[in-house]
This record gives sequence, C-alpha cells and structure tokens, in this order.
Amino acid sequence: MSLSQPPGMIEASQAGAPAQTVQPGWVRITHWINVLAFFLLIFSGWRIYNASPIFDFKFPKQITLGGWLGGALLWHFAAMWVLAANGLVYLTANLAGGRLRRRFFPLTPRLLIQDLSAALRGKLGHEDLRNYNAVQKIAYLGAIALLLLIVLSGLAVWKSVQLPLLRELMGGFDNARIVHFLAMAGLLLFTIVHVTMVALVPQTLRLMIRGR
Amino acid sequence: MKRTLPGGRGAGQAPGTRSNGATQLSERDRHELLKEARALLRPPERRLFFQRGLTLGGLAMLTGCSVTDSDEAEHLLMKVSRFNDRVQAWLFDPDKLAPTYPASMITRPFPFNAYYSEAEAPEVDGKGFFLQVSGLVAQRDIWSLEQLAALPQEEQITRHICVEGWSAIGRWGGVPFATFLQRIGADTSARYVGFKCADDYYTSIDMPTALHRQTLLTLTYDGQTLPRKYGFPMKLRMPTKLGYKNPKHIVEIFVTNDYPGGYWEDQGYNWFGGS
Repeated sequence: MSLSQPPGMIEASQAGAPAQTVQPGWVRITHWINVLAFFLLIFSGWRIYNASPIFDFKFPKQITLGGWLGGALLWHFAAMWVLAANGLVYLTANLAGGRLRRRFFPLTPRLLIQDLSAALRGKLGHEDLRNYNAVQKIAYLGAIALLLLIVLSGLAVWKSVQLPLLRELMGGFDNARIVHFLAMAGLLLFTIVHVTMVALVPQTLRLMIRGR
Repeated sequence: MKRTLPGGRGAGQAPGTRSNGATQLSERDRHELLKEARALLRPPERRLFFQRGLTLGGLAMLTGCSVTDSDEAEHLLMKVSRFNDRVQAWLFDPDKLAPTYPASMITRPFPFNAYYSEAEAPEVDGKGFFLQVSGLVAQRDIWSLEQLAALPQEEQITRHICVEGWSAIGRWGGVPFATFLQRIGADTSARYVGFKCADDYYTSIDMPTALHRQTLLTLTYDGQTLPRKYGFPMKLRMPTKLGYKNPKHIVEIFVTNDYPGGYWEDQGYNWFGGS
C-alpha cells in the first residue's frame, strides 16, 4: 500500500514545503481521533480514580470530566470504544501497508544513542521531516506500546472475572488498576514531550493536519 | 456519598399532589409524595453534573459536534451504556467462575458500604420477617428465615469489587440462588430478577447471572448470621458483578420481563455491572 502518495494528493511543491504527502490521510484522521478519545478517557479516568485513590492524592475536580463517578464512568466506557476501534484501524493499516516497517525501522541502539545525544545537545536537525529520527521512532513505538498496555490493563479492570488470563497477566485485579494508572502517566508524559517538540518544530503540526 | 434530598423543599414543590389542602397526609400519601419529589429532583441534579463535566477545558469545542447540549450528550452516553449491557451479556460465560481465596486472605474488617452511614443501616426484626416472592413464579409464597436456612447451603470466599475501584475479600454463606429460583418455580426464561430492600434500595439482574453457580442468597457472613451492617436479613452475593449490583436487606424478590432498573442504575451507573 504505497498510500504515501495517493493520486490527487500530489500538488506543485510550495516553497519550503515537502512536495509529497508525508502523513497519509488515515494517519492524520486516526491521530486526531486518538487525541480526542485520549483526553476524554484521561479526564473521566481521573474522576473515577478520585472515587478510590490508589496513591496519596486526588485530581482537582475542575480538571475532571463527568461531574460525579456515574457520569465519569459513562464517558469512560463510551470513549474506550473510540480509542480501541481507532487504534485497531491505525494498527491494521500500519501493519498491512508496511508503513510501520518503512517508517520505524531499522531502529538500532547505535542510531538511537547517536540521535539521542545529538538531540540533547540541540544538534538534531529537522530539515527532512519525511523521515523520523531514531528518538522519534522509539518515542512513537513506545506510545503505541503504552496504548496497548492501557487497553489490556483496562480490560483486566473492567472484566477481571471474564478475562482471567489478562487478570493474572496484570497481577490480579488491584494490580491491574495500578498498571492502568501507570500506563496513563506514561502516555501523559509522552504527550507533554510530544507537544513540546511540536512547539519547537511547528512544521510538524502542519504535516499532521495537511499531510505535507 | 449520601444521596437523599432535602425533603421539605422537594415535597413542597411537587406538582400533582393529592393532598388538596388537607392538612393531614396519610402515610401512603406521604410516601408517594416523597417518591414524586425525588423523581422530579433527580434529573436536574444529574444534568448539572453533566454540564459541569462538559465545560471542562473546552472539550465540547474540540469535538465540534453537538455535545454542548448536555441532554443530547447524556442521551448518547446512556445509549452507549445500554450497548455495553449487551456486550457484557454476550461476554458473560455461565461456566466461568470468579476466583476464590483462602480464609487467610479475608479483608478484616470487611468495609461497610452503602449510600448512607453504618448507623443508618435498617433494623429488620428477624422473628416476624418474611421474604416476599412475586412476579413470574409458580409459588408466590413468603419465606421465613428458618425456611431459607433449611434449604441446601453453600459458602464462598470471593472478591467484592466496588465500582469505585477498591476491592475486598469476604466470606459469605447461603442458598445457591439457582436452587432458590427452582424452589419458587421461577420462570427462568424471564429476563430479569428484581430486588426490593428494607433500606429503599432496589436493583435487578439478568437471568443468566441469577442462575450462575456462584450467585448466593446469603444468610451468613464469616460463619455468623449476616450482621445488620452487611445486609441482614439477606444479601444477594454475585462475585461476577460489581458491589452495587449485590443488594442487601432484601425483603422482596420478583421475576419479570419488564426492566426494573435500580437505585444507582437509574442515576447513570451501568445496568449490567459485570466484572
């Protein structure tokens, strides 16, 4: 599926903009649907967490969704379908079309160390936005892995009796809640770094909206 | 978590009352009046919750669709919740058992949990008590606690999972509910079994869960007569469902095809509530 250049998407190159479509339509659509579902789930999830905190803190009510536990649960158990269905579309298209392999690999420790040290010294160039650098690759793959983990741990919390294998894999019901929370924290951390990087390299935002 | 309403205000505003200026209200009228007032007050209270949620961080703007109308959003969310009921019914495996635990793992003390405080738990006199059975059953009998104790008994040590997220392991004993349903000649092709409780709590469950091997009509907790705080005279224990689906202080059991709802379910908790 060489969908990176669907017919009709190729236009005359504009000054400064890469001529070809870097982010195909399905990547952009699934990305923004994921953003929406993610925030609905995070804000309602914080409200659910508050009903019985795992750690020694609660989230301020003002930044939660649902108003009370019942409302938060309604949002959470509706948005979960959006996240899961959208994630399935993304993964299927990514795997079937070979995009995952093309864009994320090869990814070697040597390349990662090289790019990471360059990034930390502020020397990692962003001239060619058509290819991910090794730091981007590991970060995006990590986000995908965390999303998988958050779905699986969420299923273990929701259906701990009906899905015994998942429950045991997560270390039991109580532990599945902790895994679910930590996966959320990891994804939130990723989001903060991700948005910061987009602010530093704003052309990438255009790539995720217009595709090129 | 108490969710009762400021009685005076609500009762005064309820339209369609039958009092017609009469100063004396019968007990029954008063009860009806309060019920009406409660029904009237509940929706706005709930709507407020949704509105508060929706203003959050301009999320409504982000979605770009009509979730700014809280009624519409609520309606949509409730529809998804009904869809989730069906998914859970489909996922429910009658032969799958909830894990059981050794006595050493019992949570002590087992937490008290209700929509009121422990001191407000209803006092039921076991001596004159009779359980009512109604609806689609062959024998609409009443059952004394002695009669129930004479039925075959079973015990289980299982995990109680609360919708709030916490869990606790407890030990319950009583009559397998499938046995009881058989004794009363329940129509097991009916869709629901409903429960009315001494604390005005009410809930209902699906028939497959009612017939599940681990669903117990419990009369004891940890080897003792079920204490008041854990639901005397009886509690339905289902380790396959969340805590709010496990009614305490049961005074009436009925079998029906008409959706009976539930105390929390009518306010937005998911009806199936399986785990």
